[in-house]
Amino acid sequence: MRELILFFFIVVAGTGGELCVSRAMKGIGEVHDFHPKSILSFILQSLRLPWMWLGIALMSLGFFSLLAILSFQEVSFVVPVSALSYAAGAFGAKAFLGERISQNRWIGIAIVCLGVTIVWWSRR
Amino acid sequence: MRMAHDFPGISSAIGSFAAWSLLFLTIVQCNRVTHTRRLQLKTIPMILLSITLGPLGNVFLGKAMKTVGPVVSGRIHGLIPIVSRVLASGYIWLGISCLLGFFIVHMLLLTWADYSYVQPATSLSYLSISILSYLLLGERISPLRWLGVTVICLGVLLVGRTPPSTTGAPNRA
Repeated sequence: MRELILFFFIVVAGTGGELCVSRAMKGIGEVHDFHPKSILSFILQSLRLPWMWLGIALMSLGFFSLLAILSFQEVSFVVPVSALSYAAGAFGAKAFLGERISQNRWIGIAIVCLGVTIVWWSRR
Repeated sequence: MRMAHDFPGISSAIGSFAAWSLLFLTIVQCNRVTHTRRLQLKTIPMILLSITLGPLGNVFLGKAMKTVGPVVSGRIHGLIPIVSRVLASGYIWLGISCLLGFFIVHMLLLTWADYSYVQPATSLSYLSISILSYLLLGERISPLRWLGVTVICLGVLLVGRTPPSTTGAPNRA
């Protein structure tokens, strides 16, 4: 049960955070220039967006949940199961960013979920 | 499952061999899609670096958290001593450094290589994390877990082979 809650945070908060950061990045627009000065202004610009802060908060929650679960579960179990983020990412990107997910990508995600299920069975 | 406990060495050796062969084949396969030889020469070492650094970071985080002991309490005042012990552990900083290194390598890769090339290649990190946690943490990986990890790699491979942007251009899949 404890594991399920922590995995929920790792997958949902981690992916939610990435989606928020992605939304913030799309708001700024494509980066063309990699001069240190423009990178600095890019960072300052992104820190002014509320989506960025929400993203950072959610990703931190995901990271601390990962640390908590690693304190009692095996690395070779936790990391493969957290691949469920691919599924969460696809659903989130479709709902929240309006991306279209191709059929092949859904098949790939279904295979990832199958793999996660198999790894889950190997839990000790 | 049972067999894995009786012969951990054999099953892990077979698993490692299968993992590295798959890794080799994927790299050879990915080679065909790059444009120039020069680009390959810098892309492949960077991909190898990224699928080593990321999992290595997670392995160190795991090692650090195991030395701290199980985190069971969700209460704030129970967490404070745990947090201070975590921050005092050298492994956590080693892990965070590896993950930062991974992030930088990944960003650098994406400045010249396509995301649809990088993402399937990095799916191999699920195999390398199994190998590294076996070698460095002594975790016994059952054949069932190897199977699951391989299936995850195949799934991620397929996810990455689809067009990376669907919001601009029409969907070709």
